[in-house]
Amino acid sequence: MIAATYSVGAVAVFVTAALLVLVGAIGVISVKNPVHAAMSLIMTLFGVAVAFVAQSADFLAAVQIIVYAGAIVVLFLFVIMFLGVDRREGVRVEPLVGQRPLAATGVAITVAGIVILMARSHWVSGAMSVSTSGTALATGSGNVSQLGTAVFTTYLYAFEATAALLVIAVVGAIVLARRERLIDEEDA
Amino acid sequence: MISSIDPLYAHGISLAVVLIVLLRVVVAFAVLLNAVIVMIWFERKAISDMQSRIGPQRWGPFGLLQTVADGLKLMLKEDLMPAEADRFVFKLAPFLALIPGIITFAIVPVGGTLTIAGHPVLLQVANPPMGILLMLAMSGISVYGVMLAGWASGSKYPLLSSVRASAQMISYEAALGLAIVMVVLVTGSLSTHDIVAAQAHGLWHWNVVRLGFIPFAVFLIAITAELNRPPFDVVEAESELVGGFHTEYSSFRFAIFYLAEFMNTITMSAIMVTLFFGGPAGWVPPVPHLRWIFPILWFVLKTTIFAFSYVWFRAALPRFRYDQLMDLGWKRLIPLSLGWLLVVSGFLIAPAWGFAMGAVVLLAWTMLTRAFEIGASRERGAEAVLPVIGARPVPPEVLREWTDQEDA
Repeated sequence: MIAATYSVGAVAVFVTAALLVLVGAIGVISVKNPVHAAMSLIMTLFGVAVAFVAQSADFLAAVQIIVYAGAIVVLFLFVIMFLGVDRREGVRVEPLVGQRPLAATGVAITVAGIVILMARSHWVSGAMSVSTSGTALATGSGNVSQLGTAVFTTYLYAFEATAALLVIAVVGAIVLARRERLIDEEDA
Repeated sequence: MISSIDPLYAHGISLAVVLIVLLRVVVAFAVLLNAVIVMIWFERKAISDMQSRIGPQRWGPFGLLQTVADGLKLMLKEDLMPAEADRFVFKLAPFLALIPGIITFAIVPVGGTLTIAGHPVLLQVANPPMGILLMLAMSGISVYGVMLAGWASGSKYPLLSSVRASAQMISYEAALGLAIVMVVLVTGSLSTHDIVAAQAHGLWHWNVVRLGFIPFAVFLIAITAELNRPPFDVVEAESELVGGFHTEYSSFRFAIFYLAEFMNTITMSAIMVTLFFGGPAGWVPPVPHLRWIFPILWFVLKTTIFAFSYVWFRAALPRFRYDQLMDLGWKRLIPLSLGWLLVVSGFLIAPAWGFAMGAVVLLAWTMLTRAFEIGASRERGAEAVLPVIGARPVPPEVLREWTDQEDA
């Protein structure tokens, strides 16, 4: 079932978001300067956030900006600046043998999968959302409470397990970083 | 959740609605820009008073036009760009610093609801369902202005400043988010309009009272650090870093950074009023036609008080050292707001749960303090001092600190 009618506004928003995503994505891999690549990545993330807003997924859009654009890419930039790798890198060098053919194969398989999925049109309904319960999405008022209920009831264990995993990862990272420094001081 | 949609769009979009939206945008923008001009004058005058100086006085009555004169002067100056600069990013960065402040102001409710030509008009530019999250997103974006400005200058001190700034702003965003979570928790909605509406029934409903003083204190400290205002202005510590991230900027681009700093200060004062002090809530005298103007006056008054508090901080408090700043963010504010969040959510269910959570938090706090003590003694205890001293020269004040610790 494909919803047949789209308003001009919806199409304009979609095209804008898609252009932002595509231009940013192409920029990430084609620009030579790592900082410019990171900025292209921010552009892609913004495009995705616009697409989320157009789907009434306001919370996801905000989280997209706060977490990805506001924290993760900042960390990328932080590392780029801190390690001083912000110079142009040779694109011709291939650190792993045969990485280009492998990457091409991976992209081909992914695109083929997406095309097959779209052809069977099981998930492509054209509707604003595929959720069946609740009408918060249909009224365009965002889905924060719906999302919160789902995370803290149906998917509680997965949510808590993810949280525990992240805490363990943070503690592990700190332990590893600290140990290195103590040894360094003893040696000195 | 219907209240989170702007009632203006309820009956379709006509020409009048479009005009009203345009009017809201233009008025908000003009008011914000003029407020910046007044704010810069106000800061200079207030600081002059605190330091027994006269301050700007030559341009206009009480020196009110000094900012305009400064702006004109900056525009007419030569626009320099370092040879090593990344030209595109160098030009982009000032705008990245400015735009988030403007966008954030869009969600601040300035007054109640006004009726223009039969249309109910909220006195705020936008009331998106994501509400206050927009402010968090924009404060995340404002990191880029500082960071890219420092990097693009192609110069040593701006780069150091921008690395510092990004670490500082990301650190304090966590505490900021936790303080906002508490407000959202008692309101039950992300929309700023709902947050203000929930506080409209009197002083005891204001979030600063209702949540206890702690979230407000955490928010105030974290937002001051986000703004890079004194005492958290290690970003532009002129004794160490020349001028910080905008050392290499001159002319109009420097003016934009200056504008951005003060615009962000005003916007964040307004956000603070919205979140914790009821926004436009206040006593409205029984006058027949001008009732809508009093909420706006209350809002302006409260925002001015916070703007003044920033000036006061600047005049009264010495700058934090970088490690003190990080300690405050990670070891004090984040555990404090996390614990208080548990207590608040406990009380939202039942008083018994609230007290139970309070006990848990106290226990955790004791353990955390003990952990900090052990960590500190492991790092700078008596046995750690001697080998380190033998290995490398230690600055006298660090040495004094270590030995003091040993005595205590």
